[in-house]
Amino acid sequence: MKIRATLKGDVADIRVLIAHPMETGQRKDAKGEIVPQHFIQSIVVTHNGSTVYSGQWSQAVSRNPVFAVRVRGAKAGDKVSVTWVDNKGDKRTDEAVVSAS
Amino acid sequence: MRRVGPGATASLFAGAVFAGCVLAAGAALAQGKPPDPMAVGRQLLAEDNPGELWVQRGENLYREKRGPREASLEACDFGLGPGTLEGAFTHLPRYFADTGKVEDLESRLLKCMVELQGFDRAAIIQTRFSNLDRASDMEALATYVASRSNGMKMDVRLDHPREREMYKAGEYLFFRRTGPTDFACITCHGDEGKRIRLQDLPNMTDRRQMQAVIAGWPAYRGTHSTVRTMQHRLYDCNWQMRLPDLGFASDVSIALTTYLNYQGNGAVIRVPGVRR
Repeated sequence: MKIRATLKGDVADIRVLIAHPMETGQRKDAKGEIVPQHFIQSIVVTHNGSTVYSGQWSQAVSRNPVFAVRVRGAKAGDKVSVTWVDNKGDKRTDEAVVSAS
Repeated sequence: MRRVGPGATASLFAGAVFAGCVLAAGAALAQGKPPDPMAVGRQLLAEDNPGELWVQRGENLYREKRGPREASLEACDFGLGPGTLEGAFTHLPRYFADTGKVEDLESRLLKCMVELQGFDRAAIIQTRFSNLDRASDMEALATYVASRSNGMKMDVRLDHPREREMYKAGEYLFFRRTGPTDFACITCHGDEGKRIRLQDLPNMTDRRQMQAVIAGWPAYRGTHSTVRTMQHRLYDCNWQMRLPDLGFASDVSIALTTYLNYQGNGAVIRVPGVRR
């Protein structure tokens, strides 16, 4: 994941790039076999430890998704973390610090 | 008297609409087509370019000790000395005394992966382009190395006689009609306002359009969900012209890249770019 968190006034603009295949279960591989579903199911964004966004995603979200959320009442130096869990149980957490723009 | 206020507002509004029509008509006349509806999406993607993930992966691959020889690519010389990446891409393709050849970014990476890391040349070439089932180290590495020249200007010099030779060969290939469709690069890239389906084609005889092209390769291609390099762009053009497959890092591909990059000299590098 690549997280950018920049401050605009007291609003933190958190932008996340996620590397994930987001397989829909509709695609066939070179051998003609269906590639099983593999997608991010839940995603949580925290700001200084408290959850500010939690979402249920589906296979309708694109491969390598770009995702943005704005958080009010943020300061430079605040900690932001993003955690996703996919349908295979794989999990990843990355952290970033809010920077003054 | 009460009606004056709203009336004034309405006429201002009409004036604005009229001005808008004139502008739109002017743009349509100049380009022979309506304003690009994809521009907004491209702008959004440029701000949050998924290609950045390839830069990250490329850097890891560059530093990691890999291959049968357990070596990193940090000793690879891209023309400014081993390990110097800043600005190296701006002078590629260039002549390398150690191989006695003019090489581009990808052929140089290929050479280093084979000679420093001991990878099998044929295996790398086989996985040169990623697909949905398999990533390509080459695409990530090329993106990382090129991105180290971001903000600098493309500056292919053609100092060496071999470089000038490759440039002339590339120029010849660019203008020479060939193959079953009797196409040359210039057939699609020599006029204003041409397109394939909805895809605008840059007029490569115009330096500013050429610079816009050169500034943004390697690029994240939305339709491919991956970063592609100039080698892939040329491979694909070649295929679209129904020519035999363009060999990866072949002299033909490097000659064309030499010609194109030189034509794009002065372009401010911003890698990874974003393309359809």
